[in-house]
Amino acid sequence: MSTRLATGGRLVNRAQKMNFTFNGERLSGHAGDTLASALLANGKMMVGRSFKYHRPRGVVASGAEEPNALVNLGTGNRLEPNQRATTTELFEGLAATSQNHWPSLEFDIGAVNTYFSRFLPAGFYYKMFMYPRAFWKHVYEPFIRQSAGLGRAPEAHSRDEDTYEHFYAYIDVLVIGGGIAGLQAALAAGRAGAQVLLIEQTAHWGGRTPVDGGEVDGKPAAEFVEAALAELRGMKNVALRTRMMGAGVYDHGYVLAYERMSDHAPGTPGPRHRLWRLRCKQIVTATGAIERPLCFAGNDVPGVLLASALRDYAVNYGVSIGDRTVVVTNNDDAYRTAISMKEMGLEVPAIIDARAGGGGALAQQARDLGIRVETGKGIAKVKGTRRVEGVAICAQAGEGAVLDEIKCDAVAMSGGWSPVVHLWSHCGGKLDWDDAQSMFRPRASAPPTGATGEAFVIPAGSANGHLGLGDVLADADAAGRAAAQAVGATPPKTAAPQGAGPDEAPIEPVWLMPQGVDIKLRMKAWLDFQNDVKVSDVQLAAREGFESVEHAKRYTTLGMATDQGKLSNINGLAILSDALGQPIPQTGTTTFRPPYTPISMGAIAGEARGKVFQPIRRTPIQDWHEAQGAYFEPVGHWRRPYCYPQGGESHAQAVEREITQTRNSLGLLDASTLGKLVVKGPDAARFLDMLYTNMMSTLKPGRCRYGLMCSENGFLMDDGVVARIDDETFLCHTTTGGAERIHAHMEEWLQTEWWDWQVYVANVTEQYAQIGVVGPNARKVLEKLGGMDLSRETLPFMAWADGTLAGIGVRVFRISFSGELSYEIAVDASYGRALWDKLLAAGEEFGVMPYGTEALHVMRAEKGFIMIGDETDGTVIPQDLGLHWAISKKKDDFIGKRAQERSHMTDPDRWQLVGLETLDGGVLPDGAYAVAEGTNANGQRNMQGRVTSTYYSPTLKRGIAMGLVRHGPDRMGEVLEFPGTDGTTHKARIVEPVFFDKDGEKQNV
Amino acid sequence: MSEAQSALRGTWHKGLVTVAEAGLQGMITLRGQTGEAGFADAVKQATGLDLPDTRTIVAADKRAIAWMSPDEWLLMCPYEDAHDMVAGLRAALAGRHHLVENVSDARAMFTLDGDDATLREVLAKLAPVDLHPERFGPGEMRRTRFAQVPGAFWLTAPGAARVVCFRSVAQYMYDLLCVASSEGSAVGYFKP
Repeated sequence: MSTRLATGGRLVNRAQKMNFTFNGERLSGHAGDTLASALLANGKMMVGRSFKYHRPRGVVASGAEEPNALVNLGTGNRLEPNQRATTTELFEGLAATSQNHWPSLEFDIGAVNTYFSRFLPAGFYYKMFMYPRAFWKHVYEPFIRQSAGLGRAPEAHSRDEDTYEHFYAYIDVLVIGGGIAGLQAALAAGRAGAQVLLIEQTAHWGGRTPVDGGEVDGKPAAEFVEAALAELRGMKNVALRTRMMGAGVYDHGYVLAYERMSDHAPGTPGPRHRLWRLRCKQIVTATGAIERPLCFAGNDVPGVLLASALRDYAVNYGVSIGDRTVVVTNNDDAYRTAISMKEMGLEVPAIIDARAGGGGALAQQARDLGIRVETGKGIAKVKGTRRVEGVAICAQAGEGAVLDEIKCDAVAMSGGWSPVVHLWSHCGGKLDWDDAQSMFRPRASAPPTGATGEAFVIPAGSANGHLGLGDVLADADAAGRAAAQAVGATPPKTAAPQGAGPDEAPIEPVWLMPQGVDIKLRMKAWLDFQNDVKVSDVQLAAREGFESVEHAKRYTTLGMATDQGKLSNINGLAILSDALGQPIPQTGTTTFRPPYTPISMGAIAGEARGKVFQPIRRTPIQDWHEAQGAYFEPVGHWRRPYCYPQGGESHAQAVEREITQTRNSLGLLDASTLGKLVVKGPDAARFLDMLYTNMMSTLKPGRCRYGLMCSENGFLMDDGVVARIDDETFLCHTTTGGAERIHAHMEEWLQTEWWDWQVYVANVTEQYAQIGVVGPNARKVLEKLGGMDLSRETLPFMAWADGTLAGIGVRVFRISFSGELSYEIAVDASYGRALWDKLLAAGEEFGVMPYGTEALHVMRAEKGFIMIGDETDGTVIPQDLGLHWAISKKKDDFIGKRAQERSHMTDPDRWQLVGLETLDGGVLPDGAYAVAEGTNANGQRNMQGRVTSTYYSPTLKRGIAMGLVRHGPDRMGEVLEFPGTDGTTHKARIVEPVFFDKDGEKQNV
Repeated sequence: MSEAQSALRGTWHKGLVTVAEAGLQGMITLRGQTGEAGFADAVKQATGLDLPDTRTIVAADKRAIAWMSPDEWLLMCPYEDAHDMVAGLRAALAGRHHLVENVSDARAMFTLDGDDATLREVLAKLAPVDLHPERFGPGEMRRTRFAQVPGAFWLTAPGAARVVCFRSVAQYMYDLLCVASSEGSAVGYFKP
């Protein structure tokens, strides 16, 4: 059983106890523990179950590469699934539960899958669930959804209690990784005067060096780490941060880094995570290397760990996995684990070295310590199911005949080291296969490149394929200098520190142990511990023709788990290469995609939650609307009052009241959201003639004209009233949602097509509050405010004038979208609320009625006015809407003119705008289609029209609608059938689209 | 004049830095051809200010002029003076192709005050701008975005910034700046 040793553990503070729970059981660890080390210290070898076969899973690694030890961390509003115990720092009160088991971790029903594993090979899902077709929806998918997934999603009602943020920084040299290579690279770049940011994903500096030892310039390597840190901290141009991971490298030196400020101390004031959005001139990836597992039968049994992890737990946390550790390796590094165990007083019954020639100096040291070293041997099988009980030894060259059995509690395995090339590869850095070291490493001649072809990523140390301490330091020093030079700094002439370690014998690749192992044992040799992919699965995929590594990955799910194959990918593609009979480089790797390890959704969202989730645009009168309890509807990012319900009124009742009172007396509308674009210059009139379908150059100063704007393809895209201010200046009103879009449209034409025309455009939408004063008493209320002559003669329909009302400077437009006598009053936005209040007070005697967008819509529909977005949908041209009168025939050209002459646009069969009156006075369903005789080629009922706007009209006391109908204007009086979605059919008669005051007498008083 | 209300009527909040809505501020958009002979003189005649260099702002007395694009500037003056300033500029630029529009009411302005390094961090949480003290100082102007909305800012002195955005999103901007300066969120990145 794993346990805490009496001594040791350089990272833990034994004086400080920390309580935590695992599956509800109260346990304790020390400050400085990770959750993984604390669990192991409490004898918790088994921490979860695998994805497919629900096999017992124990901790296998000690860092970010851990595939097994995933837990549900926290509770309630702080529950997060799939958290790696190896990178979770222990804190007081931590609560974790294990995943993917039912009913309990110890006894799990799903584990029965392992006995059926013969019937659940790679591609099982694809083969099984193809037929019968109908089973997918009703049988297979529900079953898969039930069984898929590791951790539990938080409850729907829970809300993340923490906050998050982003931070932008611009950096000369970013060094990712605070191991000995990163420290040296940062020193080299920092001494040259470059601005450096050095980040480390864990809470500790030095990486593996304090555990692995060695000497730098004749002193213990750990001392070098401290000295380097002290020097870096003293540099004003260097910033150092721990608990910050380089998550992704993107084009042009853009890097996402993920800082975890309070995961180790939840509830600390301030954001939990910070996503750094960095622009870096140079990036040094000193990201280290990850040890590979070996593939032998039973390599997934709890108690089989990476050799380096076993050593980490002992040295860093004073935790042993068992009293007797068998080491199995194909390289010298794993001997360090054996030596560490022995030095701590633990037993190492044997070192199984697959290499016939055995190891170098470290092997000799192990032998000197009295450890039995078996060369040319392998593990045939691990004994035990829920934990290691022993190993069966065989010849590596053979088929697995057992030569000896050794009792042990732990197995330390090492299949060699893979440089962490992820960040190098994210943005296109290429890799080479290094045969001598059995690893993919960065190809120096093919780095990620920037806009001018310059390299912007430099790998350093073991991330660059240098495993020896001396090589690491020399390489990192060169990387730091190169990065500094690339940003224009000059590194001083100092010598790189000299690192020294024992001579090591070369690694020998071992992809399968033993090399001729039979199928029965290959089905027990795991590649991907989390997704349950075995050697036999990859071989099957190759036999079935999945030759591309990307295809084989998806077919077998190798490397598709939350760890993204950090342990399994290289072994898997070696097995695939062998099965395909081709060298490893020919198979290649799968794509490395960001992030390096999963980052929180909160960090991605940053500050955008709660009241700053999304910008909400507010008019100067918004406070008033809110105080009235208005019901709002989103219009772009604005929230406009839909209606102002009073007392217990329904929305429909409120709308009816607002319309009736406006038609009978006086209504007020906050129209501030309308787009307002000033177009000015000697060529402004000519420019607007091109933009609008109408003639705008003939408009007189002081007058207004309704205009239509089309896209190049002829489709109606916006409409509004244009006022001519003076010879060179026009004020163009757009729809509320159209202001930014039409401004951009104008700028595009001015900047790309008519760049030599003298026109400036300014978006002054928000400069003015705009208030619609509407109804028979509109003039009276304005006259009450006083200040300007608004008589029919002085300010006729479609005219505007500047003046003052109640002492406030205004511009009054006499325009109407309701059919009533109507003025739109523009006022500097800061005075908008003041004018609104004055209008309310002055209008009291008329029963003034603020109205919302729905009343606006109904009133315009009563008048047959179109609405962009209702009558138009991007496929409608003005001619479809009977707007021929607004399309100039005198102009040579305007945007959309040519398109509107194309045959399909002039097709008489195009659906045309008409009014629709239900026979029973009811309201047609919005968007309903009018059916015609027969069916189309797809067997669907033929259609002959559709409803574009439909309302109950309180003025006419009946449903009214507009729609587009084939040959509609020629079919007045015909009755169409509109099937509803509820089985009923509505009948409506085709009528003129103007329902109310057809001659416009009301607005023209 | 008391009837005029700025978007947030001077709301303020003290966090890592003090965020305050600055109240009414005169602002005028000016567009014209800087290469045209006499253009800069005409602007100076009307405003008393020289046209600023690229990405900078110059201030004198209660006025300032900021570079917005190669043919656009933002003029600032007391709110009450804006209409007269517009008229003066239009008169001075008569006969030239130009655009002068009062945008005082279309904007909201905020002041940020506090420790210089902290203030830079608050800005850098929201705007993708290099705020390193060696590369951004008083006198520089940035048109950029703050989280999801357009905005512009400049430093008036070490530890003092102005932020401008559209009036309709003043509440969003204020909330953003408050969130970014909430207690416990200091980054500790810009060394003094």
